[in-house]
Amino acid sequence: MRWFWIDRFLEFESGRRAVAVKNVSYAEEQIPDYALSMPIMPGSLILEGMAHTGGLLVAESGGFLQRVVLAKVGKILFHDYATPGDQLIYTSEIQSFQARGALVHSTAHLDGLLMAEADVVFAHLDERFAGIQLYDPAEYLGILRSYRLFEVGIRSDGRPIEVPEHMLDAERRWLDTERQRCAKQSP
Amino acid sequence: MPTHEEVFEKVRTALVDALGVDDDEVTPESTMVGDLGAESIDFLDIVFRLEKAFGIEIPRAELFPDDVLTSAEYVQDGKVTEAGLIELEKRMPFADLSKFKENPAVQEFGNMLTVDDLCRYVVSKVNAN
Repeated sequence: MRWFWIDRFLEFESGRRAVAVKNVSYAEEQIPDYALSMPIMPGSLILEGMAHTGGLLVAESGGFLQRVVLAKVGKILFHDYATPGDQLIYTSEIQSFQARGALVHSTAHLDGLLMAEADVVFAHLDERFAGIQLYDPAEYLGILRSYRLFEVGIRSDGRPIEVPEHMLDAERRWLDTERQRCAKQSP
Repeated sequence: MPTHEEVFEKVRTALVDALGVDDDEVTPESTMVGDLGAESIDFLDIVFRLEKAFGIEIPRAELFPDDVLTSAEYVQDGKVTEAGLIELEKRMPFADLSKFKENPAVQEFGNMLTVDDLCRYVVSKVNAN
């Protein structure tokens, strides 16, 4: 099972800033189970959503070719709780981007008020981890499409962010495989 | 050109933000690992903050020469050899290696770098720009 801690992107400026939305629902398993008789969104999962927003911003800056991992949460402050029915807005801004990784400042807002803020360090896995694939590229692309990244994403010159060719290739291969599998199963 | 005090203040801010230590814990003599509790991943964070604060680029091998410390040529029985110490001095002119030389065990290396060393390194990079 994969965890999805944002619902979709609202804004995405390549290499600079991303804004995502997370709707908190009672139907989520963690809400009733986290704190007895106090249905709140766990802070760790809010941080996960903030990191998710920033991590994809960093990954897109590298054309989704670098393997980006969360290396460190330098600072995290919570100013409020989020409960079922709340809508969280996560905003991530790249502070520094280098070949080795990036420093990202992320915030969570609730009803226009700051409810959490964090500094997150992401690292690019280097050649020592060559051959390790964190995600299946076709599945990864499916998730990015679900997040509407390519619908709202723009480059610094205002042009839309296009789907990287290596991901499209992976998606085509996956579709071919699926077609063949379905063809074999057809009577 | 920033003054020594300006450099120190910016370095202190970077360390306070990256390590979660108090302002007064960061003195020129504080060691990064022993006194301030920096771990390896913290150095990546510190480097990002220094690069942003001073508009410089910090190649990792320049500030933390891991390649020397993991080289069979420069390390024997867990200690940096004479040749390794010469290489470290060449690569880290900003650092005071005199104490490390007394017991050049690789595991002690991380405990050697002080805030003052970091400030000197930053000044050398700013001047080079």
